Amino acid sequence: MKLSLRLSCLLLLTCGISGFLGCIPKEDSSKVITVWHWMTDRQSAFQELSRRYEATTGIKVNFELYAPSEAYSSKVRAAAQGINLPDIFGILGEKRDFASFINAGHVLDLTPYMDADGKRWGDSFFPKALEVNIFTEGNSYGTKAGVYGVPIDITTIQMVYNKSLFKKLGLDPDNPPSSFNEFIEIGKKIKANNMQGLVSGWTEAWMIDCFAYNYAINIMGEEKVLNTIRGKVSYADPDWVKVFGIFKDMRESGILANGIVTMINKTAEQLFANDKAVFAFNGSWCVNVYKGMNPDLDYAAMLPPKVSDKYPMVIRGGAGSSFMVNARSKNKEETVRFLKWFTDREQQAYFSKATQNIPANKDCLKDIPEILSQFADDMEFAIHPNIWDISEFPAVTESIDKGIQLILIGERSPEQVASEVAKIKEREMAKKNN
Amino acid sequence: MKLKAVLENYVFVLPAVIIFSIFYVIPFIWIFHLGLYNWDGILPTKVFVGLNNFKEIVLQDPAWWQAMMNAGYITLIALTFQNALAFLLAWACDREIRMKNFYRVIFFIPPVLSEIVVGMVWRFIINDIDGANIINRMLTAAGFPNLVHNWLSDPKTALTTVALVHSWKGFGWGFLIFLAGLQTIPRELYEAARVDGANAWQSFKKITVPLMAPVMALVAILTILGSMQVFTLILGLVGGEFAGHTSVPVLRILTSMRVSSRFGYACAQGISFGLILVVISFIQYRFSHKAKQA
Repeated sequence: MKLSLRLSCLLLLTCGISGFLGCIPKEDSSKVITVWHWMTDRQSAFQELSRRYEATTGIKVNFELYAPSEAYSSKVRAAAQGINLPDIFGILGEKRDFASFINAGHVLDLTPYMDADGKRWGDSFFPKALEVNIFTEGNSYGTKAGVYGVPIDITTIQMVYNKSLFKKLGLDPDNPPSSFNEFIEIGKKIKANNMQGLVSGWTEAWMIDCFAYNYAINIMGEEKVLNTIRGKVSYADPDWVKVFGIFKDMRESGILANGIVTMINKTAEQLFANDKAVFAFNGSWCVNVYKGMNPDLDYAAMLPPKVSDKYPMVIRGGAGSSFMVNARSKNKEETVRFLKWFTDREQQAYFSKATQNIPANKDCLKDIPEILSQFADDMEFAIHPNIWDISEFPAVTESIDKGIQLILIGERSPEQVASEVAKIKEREMAKKNN
Repeated sequence: MKLKAVLENYVFVLPAVIIFSIFYVIPFIWIFHLGLYNWDGILPTKVFVGLNNFKEIVLQDPAWWQAMMNAGYITLIALTFQNALAFLLAWACDREIRMKNFYRVIFFIPPVLSEIVVGMVWRFIINDIDGANIINRMLTAAGFPNLVHNWLSDPKTALTTVALVHSWKGFGWGFLIFLAGLQTIPRELYEAARVDGANAWQSFKKITVPLMAPVMALVAILTILGSMQVFTLILGLVGGEFAGHTSVPVLRILTSMRVSSRFGYACAQGISFGLILVVISFIQYRFSHKAKQA
């Protein structure tokens, strides 16, 4: 009897202790911040920063990589539909996609955090980097005004040229062409020397898009481009014909590399890095890519050669990658604290150095490499469609990109493309108004 | 007793029916349902548009029909060139030739390779600027320098090049099925025909072809289904739609979903495409069935 009593007591005690211990979590799961991203080249830097943050605060940050970007994009959309997004995520897509995520209640409005302490956090970024994450009052997406993302780095998409090949062509390697006519003349030299001219991933429509909009703004000014998107100016306008015409001029001059219409950007990067092409149209991420492919590559950044002096030559740029905070996250405050730490000067300097990307924090430009600072210097010419409160219809954008590809392969004239795009725009406008 | 037996049969097929319903029937119905809406795939609200998406596909989307034509062209090349090659090689390997097991293994290597890898390898073989330019070098060496060409960058040859690479990748499946079919034909039939004075061509025409008809129908249906849905190979070879010249239905669906954020429209395209494939397969089956009976 005594034995069974003792055994019962022991059992109760064991259960009690285990129950008590069971109440104490081994790791506080609420102190784990999960980040989803697609940036393969930045994973090791993310992990290092995660390690540092955990050492400082005890909060673990899991950077989960999902690549390629198409797979990531699908995953984020599926997670949004299933209401199981992580604490931090990025949105790949256009401003309207970003707006849909916000309107569906997935993205936290960061305005109060950015504005706190006399806008301390908000003011630490390059204005253009933050601007792409801002929705202003009365925007066309019906989104509540606010700041909805945190830029982690900056990208500019512009042109680079190979200095060694410039010398071979008898050109001054310190004076890249500044006008479109000079550029076309170099094309003729390139053709005569049996070399490859401009390489870029123009099988990917968005890169053609960047190039075309740079020139559209240079030829007719930003306001007229915006009025075209608003439906107030037709794509059949002579200025748009001129924009499409530059692609015809490039094709005829020989400045374009063979097969540019079927070229993926990775191929373009390999060709440029291996001294096989004189020019490349690429993003500032190329600094890291070229360094990996050919550390001895002698090149410099340049603005696309301008067609007109009436309006400035612009480049696509602003926030390269941004992180959004899940509005339904249980760790909102911890997550915002982490992002503040992540975009602070010290971490941004490390991140920029490790990934060879332009930092989003404007206070840490001093330590970046020379070639990267050339890209950073051109930030003043950067413009990003996400700062506009209106987007073009996808069908119109697709017809522009396809039309340009058809000009590049000689199957359409600029006038034909302008007229076809105008018709599609009219159709889409009519559909919208109905 | 009879009822019990019937119920027993139903119980046996029930797991298969449940799995088929969960993974095929329900998604099909759900996708059709989504095809009735304007939806960007993110917002919780969807706008009901009835059959408008389907109407747009049929009446207002020339890019879709161009993609269908391109897929049809690839399928036609596969049905003729690829299957003829597969049949000839299977017929050769069915005979008593040396190293036939080696050939069987070799011919089956392309189908087991990843489509994207095949695309990129062939891009390397074909392209000049970012590849080894092997085809053009061979043409030059063989004395045909005037045939040297940018096969993948020229809109006139890009689709045919894609179709031929697709045929190279796919002929192994046909080869294997044809070989299995040929091996089921009793050898006695050929011996009897020979005794009756039939030559090789007559034996082929009167014995091989009729007995292989069901196998040919099967291979044709599989070829149609496989070729119409090709897209990864195209991404590897030409990187995308190449101004519509290498556009195919699956790439159009992906564009609607990812680039245009028209999830509802993409679902409608998926359903329309699925129905077209079912109809083509059914017609093909009926033709083969009639041919077999005749």
